[in-house]
Amino acid sequence: MRAARLLLGALGVALAAYGAWLLLGRQEGAQVREVALWFVVGVLVHDLVLAPLAVAVGWVLPRALPRAALAPVVVGGIVLVTVTLATVPVLGRFGALPDNPTLLDRPYLAGWSVLAGLVAAGVVAATVARARRGGGGGAAPGG
Amino acid sequence: MQLRSAAVAARVGVWLGACFGVCFVTGLVSHWAQLPQPAVPFPTSPAWGYRFTQGLHVTTGIACVPLLLVKLWSVQPRLLHPFPPGTGRKVADVAERASIGVLVASAIFQLATGLANAARWYPWQSFSFRTTHYAIAWVAIGALVLHVAVKLPVIRAALGADVDDPSLDRPPRSSRPGRPEARPQALTRRGLLRTTWGAAAVAVLATAGSAVPWLRQVSVLGVRSGDGPQGLPVNTSAARAGVTASATTAAYRLEVVRGDRTVVLTRDDLAALPQRTETLPIACVEGWSASGTWGGVRLRDVLALVDAPGEVDVVVTSLQESGPFRRTRLPGGFVADDRTLLALRLDGETLALDHGYPARLIAPNRPGVLQTKWVTRLEVV
Repeated sequence: MRAARLLLGALGVALAAYGAWLLLGRQEGAQVREVALWFVVGVLVHDLVLAPLAVAVGWVLPRALPRAALAPVVVGGIVLVTVTLATVPVLGRFGALPDNPTLLDRPYLAGWSVLAGLVAAGVVAATVARARRGGGGGAAPGG
Repeated sequence: MQLRSAAVAARVGVWLGACFGVCFVTGLVSHWAQLPQPAVPFPTSPAWGYRFTQGLHVTTGIACVPLLLVKLWSVQPRLLHPFPPGTGRKVADVAERASIGVLVASAIFQLATGLANAARWYPWQSFSFRTTHYAIAWVAIGALVLHVAVKLPVIRAALGADVDDPSLDRPPRSSRPGRPEARPQALTRRGLLRTTWGAAAVAVLATAGSAVPWLRQVSVLGVRSGDGPQGLPVNTSAARAGVTASATTAAYRLEVVRGDRTVVLTRDDLAALPQRTETLPIACVEGWSASGTWGGVRLRDVLALVDAPGEVDVVVTSLQESGPFRRTRLPGGFVADDRTLLALRLDGETLALDHGYPARLIAPNRPGVLQTKWVTRLEVV
């Protein structure tokens, strides 16, 4: 077990070192510096913006919401927020080109609104069902 | 009960690690497919192979976003835990944190640049997406393997126990007397896991229609609707490539070159050669794909005009004046394949200008970016 872990760890270090060598060997200094900047900014955006927001929302929701609504809102929120984050480049249509109408050619605001509406409807339905069942006591299975 | 637990982290981590593995392998396939002179030839069959692997690559990457966010949330307290006593353990702790930092940074970097590229958005100034995404993929997978090696005992313990087993949890902080009973939690661990799988599934369904035709009506957030001239989307328009004039002039000629022999053909000459029809997909590196019915001349029949032997590499040159894919090298296996066409028609009509009129290359199992449009020269090398 210990030998296997050491071997696996060494393999990981070797693979990562190969990647670093590819990165440093195939591009100019200015390009590598920009990669490094993006490398760090990605972590900082998560650790200093997204993660504290998640903690804050996690603190507020149990205090602000009726018990029956809590689990449905958290489930719906996780789904909608993560899907929205995954599709930011599409929703913003940042890469759209005037000469190419086949690229990013869907009504994204309408599509996102339908998705958000379905999630909201699910949250409301689950909340009502839980309230009828008796105050939504205890933790919900969710999902 | 702690939601942020090894039990949750290990279970989400297994799926996240599997998804990163799929992305890594399919990414290597894509890299291989784009090598101009691969040591091992890229296969020409199945024709839909690249469509499948690259669609899987991008779709799996999208599924990783909810998985990664929940995974990072589930281990967040570990970011702030105090250093252990003793110099040796401190050094080990710092080394582990550094490796986790590299893993998290490379994971976020790969997903952010990959999803931006899939939507053709390039918010960075200088670095090459392809070179960088490839290099950081090795960093990410290496850091992931190292992370699994370090955490293996915890992973085994967590996966071997029930998801609600508290034996691996952090020691509770609330031993202070007089602290009120903790509020009821929104979700159970099982609830959080199901929500995570659900979020990943919704992300996939909302976007995968760009590669999976029967999902088109559902994928409201896909990068392409699948519509376009002659039923196919376009990646680079004729206007952007700067070929509108040169592709539509009567002076257009196709040069077929082998050594000191050159044959010059007009589009009518090409249309007079035996015509074939093949149904082949256009599968873009950005993940979208669509199938087309192409009509035109077998590439081998064109090359026979200069007596080219069967399996030779051919350099294909486009009318476009610049761009990294103006000249591409078509490996011999694709040249020899009966299905490889110099296409003149699409869906029964004359090829649209944006699809490569007067003539384009279409070969089975090949990245779309190498299916050269507006072909003006074929040179046997």
